[in-house]
Amino acid sequence: MKITDDMIDYISELARLRLKDEEKESARNEMEKIINYMDTLNQLDTTGIEAMSHAFPMKNVFRKDEVRPSADRDDILLNAPDKKNGAFKVPKTFE
Amino acid sequence: MDLSKLSALEAGRMIKNKEISVAEITKAALENIEKTDKNYHAFITLCADEALKRAEEVQKGIDDGTYTSPLAGVPMALKDNMCTKGILTTCASKILTGFKPFYNATAYSNLENAGAVLLGKLNMDEFAMGSTTETSYYGATLNPWGENRVPGGSSGGSAVAIATDQVYYALGSDTGGSIRQPCAFCGITGIKPTYGRVSRYGLIPYASSLDQIGPMGRSVGDVAAVLNIISGHDPKDSTSVNMDALNITLKNDVKGKKIGVPTDWFGEGLEKDVKEKVLEAAKKLENMGAIIEEFKMPEIEYVIPTYYIIACAEASSNLSRFDGVKYGYCTPSFDDLTDLYCKSRSEGFGMEVKRRIMIGAFVLSSGYYDAYYKKALQVKAVIKKAFDKAFEKYDAILSPTAPTTALKMGENLSDPLKMYLGDIYTVSINLAGLPSMVIPCGFDKEGLPVGLQLTGKPFSENELMNIAYSFQKETDFHLKKPVIKREV
Repeated sequence: MKITDDMIDYISELARLRLKDEEKESARNEMEKIINYMDTLNQLDTTGIEAMSHAFPMKNVFRKDEVRPSADRDDILLNAPDKKNGAFKVPKTFE
Repeated sequence: MDLSKLSALEAGRMIKNKEISVAEITKAALENIEKTDKNYHAFITLCADEALKRAEEVQKGIDDGTYTSPLAGVPMALKDNMCTKGILTTCASKILTGFKPFYNATAYSNLENAGAVLLGKLNMDEFAMGSTTETSYYGATLNPWGENRVPGGSSGGSAVAIATDQVYYALGSDTGGSIRQPCAFCGITGIKPTYGRVSRYGLIPYASSLDQIGPMGRSVGDVAAVLNIISGHDPKDSTSVNMDALNITLKNDVKGKKIGVPTDWFGEGLEKDVKEKVLEAAKKLENMGAIIEEFKMPEIEYVIPTYYIIACAEASSNLSRFDGVKYGYCTPSFDDLTDLYCKSRSEGFGMEVKRRIMIGAFVLSSGYYDAYYKKALQVKAVIKKAFDKAFEKYDAILSPTAPTTALKMGENLSDPLKMYLGDIYTVSINLAGLPSMVIPCGFDKEGLPVGLQLTGKPFSENELMNIAYSFQKETDFHLKKPVIKREV
């Protein structure tokens, strides 16, 4: 498959990444090589095979619904680059 | 007496017998690191003051009977993707600049409760994405076995800290070979336990369905002792299995064990010396009484694309948490929230991490999801079935760990696909969730170590370790040491 500049722009947007022009060029070339290599999977017929997320059978794990203390607010905010009034500070998200 | 040459269990025994104090062995280890680490760069963060304080505490605990573990008081270190309370945890990435977690990873808590003394945090590929430890934001780690050789990765710092006698054991993490391949490249012993055997709580995730923490050390005995401590159910990780901690008792037990050798894993691309040493190890095990049998596993052809599709997909989702808001690096100037996200991430992540996030975003994007991600999950089922079939006949599968010995620095950095192909013997084992152990089994013509990989059925760690232990009883590859460069 051919990876185009538009595809790189679209994927970067999805990934919340902005590549410099020279990074874009190498990303396009490398991704094309890698994706084409991934296409070798098409040689294997998987009709009727169920997709497997976990290697072992996994059941939902339940616990009792009881009130327990959660992490301390100050601890959670300890590493925040910016905070105000006991909350993470972010730029305005809507007008 | 050179304390640094002791095994972890010997060190623990001497501490218990009061032949040395915890403070003495901790000081000696820190001095040794100061002399050697300028040459190898195994550590990102050294916690000298904390370690000395901790040594006093642990000594009291040993004296009053609080700490009874065979490894109480023994100095160790952690790969820097495991959270440590109040101690920098960087994942070798700029994006986690200054990050000090407020809790400990469970695997480390378990070691703390057994009296471990943490010396520091070890270098790795950024976010464990790489096979050379060259993608670290903090610079590469060097392999002591050869000039200008990579230690492997991503747990390269852990492997080198052990190979250079800086620490007695370390923890690594393995998503597609990140414990096993550096063990092979650095001539040490390590195990990736069965998925769910060790809690992942506090391990900064790369690909959650594949990640597993495991011990790395100088011998099977040391590694088993660590695994006993870190294994067991953790309510904080719902994928950790509801089983008691392991209580491995090693015995020379290889007679009559059926070991399968997949001939398809010995084909094109495998270096001649590696092939020879691994097959010699098979012969050795046969002479010791194991039954060695060849079998076919052609599914190997599909393991790398399957692994990279699944791992990158999970990475793109997992790494969305790094947004410049909650922790770590934040860009100094931005226009709005999206701009803050994009700039912080673009400036904070290295190129290999960006590449994998983008591959992941691509294989999960609408229009490509079925062709790539769903297809990979189907092939994963095929691979798992191939292992199930093999384990109907065999107690273990014997193979090389990597197609080559330690590469030259920079050799694969410019060609990501070439680097991915080096993971051919390790990644399928994570896809199937199996336990897999690496032990040294010889040297190539340049004197670089070769690692033997032994893989078992789910939860067969003890059986697997018995085979590896028997091999180490009969060989001395694991006792060989590189010349360690010290500054006087």
